[in-house]
Amino acid sequence: MSEKQLDANYYAKLLELQQLDFALLELNLYLDTHPNDMQAVTQFNQLAQKRQQCAYHFEHQYGPLMNYGHSYSKFPWQWSEAPWPWQV
Amino acid sequence: MWVYEKKLQYPVRVSKCDPRMAKFLLEQYGGADGELAAALRYLNQRYTIPDKVVGLLNDIGTEEFAHLEMIATMIYKLTKDATVEQLEAAGLGANYAQRDHAMFYVNADGVPWTAAYIQAKGDPLADLYEDIAAEEKARATYQWLIDMTDDVDLQDGLKFLREREVVHAMRFKEAVEIIKADREAKKVF
Repeated sequence: MSEKQLDANYYAKLLELQQLDFALLELNLYLDTHPNDMQAVTQFNQLAQKRQQCAYHFEHQYGPLMNYGHSYSKFPWQWSEAPWPWQV
Repeated sequence: MWVYEKKLQYPVRVSKCDPRMAKFLLEQYGGADGELAAALRYLNQRYTIPDKVVGLLNDIGTEEFAHLEMIATMIYKLTKDATVEQLEAAGLGANYAQRDHAMFYVNADGVPWTAAYIQAKGDPLADLYEDIAAEEKARATYQWLIDMTDDVDLQDGLKFLREREVVHAMRFKEAVEIIKADREAKKVF
């Protein structure tokens, strides 16, 4: 596998995912103490769907985001390839 | 069970090699109110806290590991290009003698992390009040760290972490109210 090219697009797409995940995490913690807020649950589910699509496109281009079968791999095995998060 | 995500919770950038700041950041890595202590404190308290707030402790505890990774990334980036002389001048000479550029769970003074930093009282309110205090103390340290550097990239990541402490404290305060309301409801019944 050739070296992954970390272009400006990589950082832009990563940021997009981080933004979606941040909104989801915030909603998650909020809902942990406000379980009856229907609007927040709706927003959570909408963003979860959007997040899934965003992650799918990111992984297709830059490799798996998650281990243990939560992401697919091309051949050869992509998971253990650098860069790791602290290296970018 | 945990599953790893190959990305940081928030982008971590630094604009220069700065082992001096790296040493101070260790307080939030292996210090009493650092991210490791926070993660282990909350995840351990989950088992005996009422069901209604287990989810919150679980999710905040998990987020703390993402913060631990952000702090580690900051320290890594601030020290990876440092020479031995630079490390020594920054007060990291002893660390270099022990482990080269490797990190360890120590506080800013180099004292190894200890479980004595955290508590589990088994009393939901006592545990949650400890958690609120820990978040407030971490917030204070993040502010001091922000004040100690002129690196705007580093400050950006630290400000994100400072704000997370504020949100966590707020959620824990809500959890206190949930527990109190639950007790009242049981009394009325």
